Amino acid sequence: MNEPMTPSMIAFSPALRILPEILMTLTGVLVMLVEAVLKPRTSRKPLGIVAILGTLAAIAASVYQLFLPAGTAFFGTVQSDAFSVFFHLVIGCIVLVTLLISLDYFEGHTSFVGEYYALILFGATGMMLMTCSVELLMVFISLEISSISTYILAGYRKRSATSPEASIKYFLLGSFATAFFLYGIALCFGATGSTNLYEIAKGVADGASPLLLTVAFGMMLIGLGFKVSLAPFHVWTPDVYEGAPAPVVGLMSTAPKAAAFAVLLRIAYGAFGTAIHIWMPLVWIMAVLSMTIGNLGALTQRNVKRMLAYSSIAHAGYLLVAFTALAPMGIAAASFYTAAYAAMNVGAFGIISYLSGYNEARTSLSDFAGIARRHPVAAAAFAVFLISLIGIPFTAGFFGKFYVFTAAINSGNAWLAVLGLLNSGVAAFYYLRLLAQMYMVPVEPPREADTAHARPAFILAMAILVLAVFALGIFPGRILDLARAGAATFSGPANAASQTVPVALLRR
Amino acid sequence: MLCAWTVSLMQTPNYFWNYVPLLLQILAAVGLSSFIVLASWLIGRHRPGKVKLSTYECGMVPQGDARGRFSVRFYMVAMLFILFDVEAVFMFPWAVIYRKLPGITGSRFFGFWEMLVYIGFVLVGYFYIWKKGILEWSKDQADL
Amino acid sequence: MTVPIVWYLVLSAALFSIGVCGFLIKRNIITIFMSIELMLNAVNLAFVTFANHWHQVSGQIFVFFVMVVAAAEAAVGLAIIISLFRSRNTLNVDQIDLMKL
Repeated sequence: MNEPMTPSMIAFSPALRILPEILMTLTGVLVMLVEAVLKPRTSRKPLGIVAILGTLAAIAASVYQLFLPAGTAFFGTVQSDAFSVFFHLVIGCIVLVTLLISLDYFEGHTSFVGEYYALILFGATGMMLMTCSVELLMVFISLEISSISTYILAGYRKRSATSPEASIKYFLLGSFATAFFLYGIALCFGATGSTNLYEIAKGVADGASPLLLTVAFGMMLIGLGFKVSLAPFHVWTPDVYEGAPAPVVGLMSTAPKAAAFAVLLRIAYGAFGTAIHIWMPLVWIMAVLSMTIGNLGALTQRNVKRMLAYSSIAHAGYLLVAFTALAPMGIAAASFYTAAYAAMNVGAFGIISYLSGYNEARTSLSDFAGIARRHPVAAAAFAVFLISLIGIPFTAGFFGKFYVFTAAINSGNAWLAVLGLLNSGVAAFYYLRLLAQMYMVPVEPPREADTAHARPAFILAMAILVLAVFALGIFPGRILDLARAGAATFSGPANAASQTVPVALLRR
Repeated sequence: MLCAWTVSLMQTPNYFWNYVPLLLQILAAVGLSSFIVLASWLIGRHRPGKVKLSTYECGMVPQGDARGRFSVRFYMVAMLFILFDVEAVFMFPWAVIYRKLPGITGSRFFGFWEMLVYIGFVLVGYFYIWKKGILEWSKDQADL
Repeated sequence: MTVPIVWYLVLSAALFSIGVCGFLIKRNIITIFMSIELMLNAVNLAFVTFANHWHQVSGQIFVFFVMVVAAAEAAVGLAIIISLFRSRNTLNVDQIDLMKL
């Protein structure tokens, strides 16, 4: 599309468009190779530190991409713009924090720890690539890179009974969803003769076989709906979140979802932007179903990880509400919500991984009784994340919801906003029940499993997340500006506006 | 005569007639093979013995049930074969248009370096499984 | 004289539907996995058909990638199935129910 035509640009530019992905891949390969030559009993902690450094480099590279003029590379397959940078930063930060949480998680379990870090890095590469792909082939490959990595990570505690079960469920339903997504791509290709999003947009605008396109979009929505656990494609979520290790759940409940939502935004607003009537009803129904099923399901859960799984379904529903808003505002609201949701959810699962340890000692609601007395700081952090998940003012969750529902109301979807608010009321009940368990119920006699003590890396991770939750709730300005700049890249394929916006943003 | 009949059928507009030769071929194959089997069964004498009825296993004495459990190493080798086999698939289209690549990519060595990067990643995988001890069948060092 | 494009698409849709039904009905994990592979091959057929229709190679290139990704998925999926079988000694989905409501 907007291929840079001068010879010098071609010589240096394409690699810079995917610089964060290149850095992530090289770090992952390095970790994998070093793991292969290390002796079995040596500590794998240095590998984790290498992974963290690589992630930091990738985040820096994403920020650097803001200074590049927006445009495509590699024959129109990837596009780096403010939108992709926004999601790169969200995913990069999630991965960074997950690595920090995981650094001391594997105390005494040295086998396959190097692979764990490598898989997180490879998965992150796939997710980042998803957000900057403008070619459905690229989207498919990167989706699979991220999915296959997370299938393995979900089954990481392979000696336990639940982890392989979580893994197989995730794998089977994930592959099922991929097949639907692929069929959607095939039909899209059939209707428009291309798999490039801009070419598809042209075809859609020209009115190429509407029936085929409707089915194609429906198929792609089913595929991505599975990946982001939207009702009615959510059935795998509670089982997988219950069986997978807690730090991995923190990662896979946020980062792949952020990436899949980015793809969905690119497809819905970018490729099908002139055919909103095709997808608006579908999105409407899925938003309502996800919010309601998620929150009602969470009410009946006794297992905290399952409860948070249902809550994540509900949050995917809130996020989908933003899709029904008009283009720039809806995109910005959805982007912002992924960031806010990522901060609070990774935090919640981080605290769970700390409190229950590698063997998942604490699972049910009653296991969290009196935590506030025994681990006051961890309980306080958990409280912050839960309060943010409820959506109480001065937290990220509040501002995210506020922005999403405002966008919905402004575009005439007041009913959806009302349903969302009612749902938030229901949701408050089960979050508060967990909070009450932690703070109101007296301490039980200490148990053997309760040997958790915080390490510097974990404390750093939690500090970052608590700060992020408050920063997004109180000073959302800069992140919001970036989200808006990202949304602005959808207004025209030439991206003339976005060339100047992000740089001005940084100078502010 | 049959041939002329087929040719005349192929010229009729219904394109299904295109497949009549195929149908004839199938009929001939099925007919001939069933004729041979039936004829030998009818003409030949039946004297079944213990050795004749046993499963033939390349000259070895058959033992055990075929559905027993195998070592997981068979799976590892099979899977690695499939992966490295399929990875080679990308080299064929690349090789076919290699000479045209400079014209397509606008750069003389772009296609060459891309394939080198790709092969590099394949080699990284090879190095990994080698160092992990998957390729050494007898040494039980890999933690499967 | 060639087969009309619609017939290929109908075949592809039928294969895909058989795959979906197999996925939903079958109880053995290996069979379920094979159903998914069938769905992927149905997609491949659709891609090749459309590539022929539009006279574009990109559809066939897509098939290459789908096949390679399917192989990678098979490697990982079968590994997960083996690790599941080791911990449970069954591949019947009705018995893999430790985590249910």
